[in-house]
Formats: sequence, structure tokens, C-alpha cells
Amino acid sequence: MDTIFALASARGKAGVAVIRVSGNLAIAAGQALCGDLPLPRRAALREVRLEGRLVDQALVLVFEPGASFTGEATVELQVHGGTASVRAVLQALAAQPGLRLAEPGEFSRRALENGRMDLTQIEGLADLIDAETEAQRRQAVAVMSGHLGQRAERWRADLVRASALLAAVIDFSDEDVPEEVSEEVVALLDLIEGGISRELEGAGAAERIREGFEVAIVGAPNVGKSTLLNALAGREAAITSDVAGTTRDVIEVRMEIDGLAVTLLDTAGLRDADDRVERIGIERGIDRARLADLRIFLKDGAEVLPLDPALEDIVVQAKADLHPEREGSVSGKTGAGLDGLLLRIGAVLAGRVSGSSLVIRERHRQALSEAAGSVGSARAVIVGGGPVELAAAELQASARALEIMIGKVGVEDLLDEVFSRFCIGK
Amino acid sequence: MFHVKHFDVIVIGGGHAGTEAAAAAARMGASTALISLRRDGIGVMSCNPAIGGLGKGHLVREIDALDGIMGRAADRAGIQFRLLNRRKGPAVQGPRAQTDRKLYRQAIQEFLAQEQSLTVIEGEVVGLKLDAGRFAGVELAGGIAISGATGILTAGTFLNGLIHIGNEKTSGGRMGDAPSIRLAHQISGLGLNTGRLKTGTPPRLDGKTIDWSRIEEQPGDDEPSLFSFLSGTPVVRQVPCGVTHTNEKTHEIVRKNIHLSAMYGGHIEGVGPRYCPSIEDKVVRFADKSSHQIFLEPEGLDDDTIYPNGISSSLPFEVQEAYVRSIVGLEDVRILQPAYAIEYDFFDPRDLTQTLMTRGVEGLFFAGQINGTTGYEEAAAQGLVAGLNAASHARGGDKILFGRADSYIGVLIDDLIHRGVTEPYRMFTSRAEFRLALRADNADQRLTPLGMSLGCVRAERAQVFAQKLEALESGRDLLAAKSFAPRELRDVGINVNVDGGRRNLLRLLSMPGVTREQIDRLEPAAAAIDSAIRTQIENDALYQQYLDRQENDIAALRREEETLIPPDLEYRGLPGLSGELAGKLFARRPETLAQAGRIEGMTPAALALILAHIRKAKRAAVGR
Repeated sequence: MDTIFALASARGKAGVAVIRVSGNLAIAAGQALCGDLPLPRRAALREVRLEGRLVDQALVLVFEPGASFTGEATVELQVHGGTASVRAVLQALAAQPGLRLAEPGEFSRRALENGRMDLTQIEGLADLIDAETEAQRRQAVAVMSGHLGQRAERWRADLVRASALLAAVIDFSDEDVPEEVSEEVVALLDLIEGGISRELEGAGAAERIREGFEVAIVGAPNVGKSTLLNALAGREAAITSDVAGTTRDVIEVRMEIDGLAVTLLDTAGLRDADDRVERIGIERGIDRARLADLRIFLKDGAEVLPLDPALEDIVVQAKADLHPEREGSVSGKTGAGLDGLLLRIGAVLAGRVSGSSLVIRERHRQALSEAAGSVGSARAVIVGGGPVELAAAELQASARALEIMIGKVGVEDLLDEVFSRFCIGK
Repeated sequence: MFHVKHFDVIVIGGGHAGTEAAAAAARMGASTALISLRRDGIGVMSCNPAIGGLGKGHLVREIDALDGIMGRAADRAGIQFRLLNRRKGPAVQGPRAQTDRKLYRQAIQEFLAQEQSLTVIEGEVVGLKLDAGRFAGVELAGGIAISGATGILTAGTFLNGLIHIGNEKTSGGRMGDAPSIRLAHQISGLGLNTGRLKTGTPPRLDGKTIDWSRIEEQPGDDEPSLFSFLSGTPVVRQVPCGVTHTNEKTHEIVRKNIHLSAMYGGHIEGVGPRYCPSIEDKVVRFADKSSHQIFLEPEGLDDDTIYPNGISSSLPFEVQEAYVRSIVGLEDVRILQPAYAIEYDFFDPRDLTQTLMTRGVEGLFFAGQINGTTGYEEAAAQGLVAGLNAASHARGGDKILFGRADSYIGVLIDDLIHRGVTEPYRMFTSRAEFRLALRADNADQRLTPLGMSLGCVRAERAQVFAQKLEALESGRDLLAAKSFAPRELRDVGINVNVDGGRRNLLRLLSMPGVTREQIDRLEPAAAAIDSAIRTQIENDALYQQYLDRQENDIAALRREEETLIPPDLEYRGLPGLSGELAGKLFARRPETLAQAGRIEGMTPAALALILAHIRKAKRAAVGR
């Protein structure tokens, strides 16, 4: 087995970059570059030298086999994060005999091969690495610790019970053991279908946690939508002016509200525009606003807009600076009412998230839809008095879909899919 | 007397496994010896006088598809044929026959006598001859030695058999047969893993003392389904069975005397089956049921013995008499032979390979009840596999393998050698994950071509099979030839979407509720298709979409079956694998990933770990 190395932290300029070396020759390579190494799991500063020439200074960590991420002997070098210095250290490592650059996902693969992590945990790890917000992190940790798998196991156990009842009807019909089981089977199937459906319903919110929510600011022209966006984002993302219709395209700003990833959308002011380009902008804005997860209606008085607020949408009065008498009004200019508005947005989104499930991947969603679909077909066969072996076949298919989700079958394909998602070093 | 000679295959035991093994080896052209204690005991049905049933009927059809003898013998001896699960779909229907014991035995003996390369030897095998860890022959009582390249041991319950009637114990195999203690002793010395199981039989009743006027009659099917693809209609007189029931009084008698039962009195250590429970079990475990069904099955046309199916027991004789006589119609019945339970040793089938050859002794095969199975059909199926493989092995041929995706035989072998048994193993259709594809009606299509290529299928069957394939093909062609517009279909009462395209008749068959009459109105020539052929085309159509879906599962299984695990993989060194699993993997040495997946307690994570290691080894090999 080769000894591999790669940059384990993100590419680009940074204060510190972590370079990981894993494999039988890791210690030898570390010694060749840094001289004597610190004791395992102790940090020490060393000079990295290639053929006597100083390459960089590094904080060096040594992990023993069985006590590292990959399970192999590992040396980690925390070097200065400049692009050139990282390249120089990597080149120095490449010059060591028996060492090569890691392939994408290879550290994780070795962690799996050496029993340090299982498949679902690695999936969760991938999300944990990608997590930008607190909610994403919590979600990834829940998946990584196998909660979705546990639920699937429970449904599977119920499927097995239902299948067993059908099996009794099929295989013991010549003995006097079986009696009418349809009722019990249907009750079990309803239970499973209900559970999976709930999980699927929460899939939307779960996906939002991963992908982020879209929140659109809508209102008449010149009520201060762009100013509000800029104030919320804390930077000049949108051009503002007192000319009505300044914003024509949809402007997006990514931010975090209460630990949730949110994309704030600024849309063109809603009015009957004569300008063809502005009209297109308004239509586009309305479309995007409709599709968004939440809309903030910014109003300057009691004007009527061509878009109605949906349930939970937030309606606030604008220009608090000019009309301090308006209750609960906000001003992008002075910042008045912004904290309150953020709290309201956070509360609405938090409500949506509370119903989220652990179905965070299309792979999971597909497997669950398939499982629920088969359970539904089985139920239809039983209720309709069809051939009971077909119902049994549907339940078998359903159990199989769940097994695929938790990695019981199709291991080969799963490994490929999982590892193809990793970029180098992670 | 016979001349001492060398055989390719020596079969020990003349039960269902032994006779099927001997016949299969002989069909393969191997010089074969069948050794049985008594010549007239060959082909005896030691338990109930019936063949087939759910799952079991599938096995018989498969044995027949490979030109075996069980199906043909059962058809010759069948006195009542019933297709079980008639109201369910064709995949789970199982043919079953009540057979005349004597006629069955005669049929088996006759079929064996027709085999040119088979020699039947009467005698007791007292020892195996081994040569450097390989099977070399057997020694008979009286000192006669017979040498052979391979041996198939089908000793049934003869090994350390112990019969219980109440607290009375007798050592023996079946009632009245002497156990081969010396042989048992020697085999125990081979260091094979053994376990202990039990099974039971009901008392046998004198039919002349039954009040048949009070017994409900259960006739056979109007259109009997026979076992063999070569058979047409029953050849002997057909008779009904009787049905009666236990009652509260019966249960009371059993309950009151339960402490006298061998099974409940703590005399038996073996594990009995969860299905087919004894009357004691039924009363104790299903205490809320006030009545259980009993089938009164005649043992033969000119035999008054009745086999009361459903009341096996190990209670003392007097108690048996009392509870039997509490049953309607049996008030004055005379018991001809008491019910008994029998305990016996079996060998852990996980020590066998896919050919049923033992891992420890090359050339020695085990088949039948000694592998922990119950039932004639399971025994015969193993006999067939062992017979074919012993014949092939003796002459340096390839292994003959059966898989889960192609046959119930494959399911049986795979379950036995990978999962082992915890109770007497019986076939159920639920054991076959590809049940919809493995039907009794297509057993020949699945296996006869294999048999023809092996050489174990004779010309007569090959010809019948070719004709069937031809009829199927022309039937399908006819039904696929013309397609009909939705309007035409509505005219004959088939409701389809008007906006749908034209459909051919084959596709219509997969729609629920479409009748033969409707098809015939659309295509009058369809009425001329042979009824059995037509049924089969309909069966295929009924399951088509499920079969298509299963193809993916089968492909996945095949992939896992093709993923070979290097024989020297060091499980104990695998980090992340629990010690328990590593131990099991080390002991079982799975050859493929699929086999590893079937080891009890195997987890997905462990499987992924093994796969990752195989891949790692492969990558390393490529990189070198």
C-alpha cells in the first residue's frame, strides 16, 4: 500500500495549511524532512528541509496506526498557508521515495477500508465538511451518527412482520395455522407508509437546510427594498437611488440568519411599467418571489400590490426614519426595526426547519419514495383481493429500497458514488 | 453374490436422498452402487404417505426436470392429487399427492432396476475406508470391502437415533430398524460438527375401526396436477381423504398428561420444528384455539392403515389412545402403531461445499436428513445434487452448481451450507426471494436444458421438452402477432384507455380480469393452444413486470456472486471487523461477497469493509 499525501485544508491563501501524510512510510518521510519527530499526539515545531535547504517551518503531529483518521501511521504538517510555501512542501514530499499524491477521497477511503468509519458516516462527514451553518452541521452530525439508518431499520422490521404474515398465508395454507391476516397487514403497511411519508414531507425542509432558504423582498418601486437588502447584508450589494425602478434584475445575497443559510432576493419594484425592460424585470421578480420560501412585503402605506402575501409571509411598513409613527416599521437607512425583522424571519424559518427530516440527499429521497410506493402497491393488492404473492413481492422490493439506502446492498455502486463526491485531501 | 469391484459412486442408504442420488449418478453414466440394509426397504416412505406441497412440490418438479425419479414415482403411486393454494397465484401453487406406500416403493425400485450402471447391494455399512483424507470405499458387516471413488452418505435419522414414547426410550432409526452404531462412531471421529434435532410422527390408525359416516370427506382435484412433465393423468384409483377435528376434551386429556410427554417431560434435548407441531405443542402454544384440523390420510389402496396428519405426539401409548378416541369419528379406533418422537444427530451442513461434498474428506458427500433437513423432497433434492456431483467428481468433471436465482434446489443448498439449520429445515416458497420466477410450471424451462448439457436427461424427456418449447413459442407468436385498437378491445368487454395505443394479446394477458373467452373472441385461433401451454403463457404475463424488476436484483446478486473473496483474506487482521464476525468468516471461508452477505449476523458495514479490502488488494495488484 502506497503512502499518500495531500493538502487536507482548503486551497488558497490562509494563515495555516494542513498537509497530511498517511501510510507505512509516513514516519520515515516525516523524519527525512523534519529530522526527529515529536511523540505521537504531541505537537512540536520543526523545520522542513529538503536536501538541507529550508522549505518552511511546520507544527508537526504524529499519529500511530489505529489512532489516526485513516487508521494508518500519519504525519500532519501545519505549514504556512501561502500558495507557494504549500507547493514547496508538497514538492518536498513528492521527492520522498514511495510517496505519491493522494487521489480524490483517498484518505476517506482508507478510513473506510481500515474500519475507522462506515459508509453512512462518511456520507455525513462529506456534509459536515460542506456545512456552512449551524443547522447544516447539526443535520450532518445526525445523519453521520446513523439516525436515518435507525428509522429505516424500524420500517424494515415492520415490513418483515407484514411479510411474515403474508408468508404464513402463502406457505401454511394447507395447515390450520393461518387465519385472516389482511387487516393486520394493512395496519402495519399504513404505519410504515405514514412514517416514510412524514420523513419525505420533511425532506423539503431538510433540503432547505442543506441548500439554504430563499427570502424575497417585494414591494412597490422606491419603498427602499434595495436599501433594506444592503442593510441586512451589511454591504452595498444592490444599487440604490431615489429613481423608481432602479433595480431591474433579481439581486441575490447569501447570508446566515439564526444559523440558517438564507439567500436574500431583491426584486424589481412592482408597478405598471411602460419600459419593456423594466416590465420583464418585474415579471421575473414576481416569478422568483412566488418560488421563494418566504416573502417580505415592504409597504409604504396601504398600496395594493399585484402579489398577495402567502401564509407566514411578513408584511412591514417601510421608511421608519420618515414615519416614526408607523408601528413595527423598518428603515434600511437608519437600521431601525432591522433586528425585529431578522427575528421574525428567523422565527418563521425555524418553524419550517423543526419539521425537517434526515432525508438530505436525492439518493435517500428516491429510495424512500420507492419504498413508500411499493408499500402502497402492496396495500392496493391486498385490499383489492389480488394475488397475495404480488403483495409479498412489493414488500420485498420495499425492504430492498430501504436496504439500499442504508447501504446493505449494492455496496459497489454506493462506494463509487460516495467517493466520487470527495475532493482531494478530505 | 457380487464381484468385488470398484465403483465411481457408492451411495449409502436407500431412502429418498439415497435413491435419487443413485439414480442421478447412474443417469450420468457413473458406475454406481446403492447399499441398503434391506433391498425391500428401498424407497420406503417412513413418515406420512404424501409427496409435494408448498415449496416441496416445486422441488419435486425441479428434480423431475433433471429426469429424477421422485415425481414419476409419486405420479405412479398417487391416489389423490391436490394443487395447494389454487386460489392464489401460480408462483405459490404447489402440487401435492397422497400416495400408496407400497406402490411408491415399487415404483422407485423399478426405476432403479432400469438403470444399467446401478448395482443394488444389500448390507450394512459398518465403516468408511479413507485413504490419505480421501474417500476410498466402504466396509460391510461380514468384512466385505467395496472400493469407490466417491461416497454419498444418506443415513437419515439412523445416526444415534433415539425413539421416545412417553418416558420409554429405544435407540434406533425408524421403528423396527437397527441403527448403524459402528458407522456413526467412525463418522463422529472425523471431527465434523454435529447437532441434535427431533421430529415426530402421529399414531397409525386402523381404518376399519373409524366411523367414516361422521367424517367429512376431502376429495382430490377434478383436474389433477401431476408432478412429472412426462405424466398425463393418474394411473391408479383415486380416493378421498377425511377431515376431522380435535376438541376441548382432546386438549384436556393432553393438558392433563403433558408431564408424561417425552418432549415436555424433559427427555428430549433436540430442537424440533416450529411448524408441523405435535399435539402437545398445539395445545400448549395455541392454548386459545379450541380445535385443530386432522387429515385422515389413507396409506394405500389395499391397506387400511390411516395416517392422521396433525396429531404427532410423544405421549405414552395409553394417553395417545385416550386423546385419539376423544375425536369425532375415532371413538372406537384401534391404534396400529403408536406415535413417537425421534431424536437424531445431524451434521452441520455449513461444513459442506456447494456440491454437498464434505470439506474434511474429499470424495465424501452428505445428503438428506443427516444434513438437518426434514421431508422427502428436501432429501431427494440433495440426493440429486450429491449424485450428479459425485458422478462428475469421480471422473474429474466440473462442479454442478445450483443458484438461488435458478431453482429451489439452489435455495435449499445455499441456505444449508451458508446459514446452517437451527430446526429441521423444510422448504417454503418464502425462502425463495425470486419466487415469482421459480414456478412449478416452468421448472423444466429452468433446469432441463442444464440436465441435457450434463447428460442426465434421457431422450424421451428431451423430446417432450423440445415439443413444449415449440408449443410455447408458437403460442406466444400467435398472441403477439395481431394488435388491437382500444375500440376493438372495448367491443369484447376489455376496458382500456381510448387514447392508448394498439395492444397485442400477450400484453392484454397481463391485465387483471381479462378472460380466455375475450381473447378467443379477438383471435379465434387462440382457442386451439394447448390448455397447459396457455396457462403458462398467462402465468408469465401475470408476473412479467415483477420479473423485469427482479432482473435488477438478480443482476446485483450475480455481481456479488462474481466478486470473489481471496481464500487467504486475513479477516482477523481486518480493523473494524468484530472478533465474532471475523471468527465466523474465518470458519466459513465464503468464496464470494454474496456468500459472505448470507452469514448470520453480517452487517452492511462489515460487508463494505470486506469489499473495500478486496478492491484494495485488486488496486495494489494492478499498481504493481
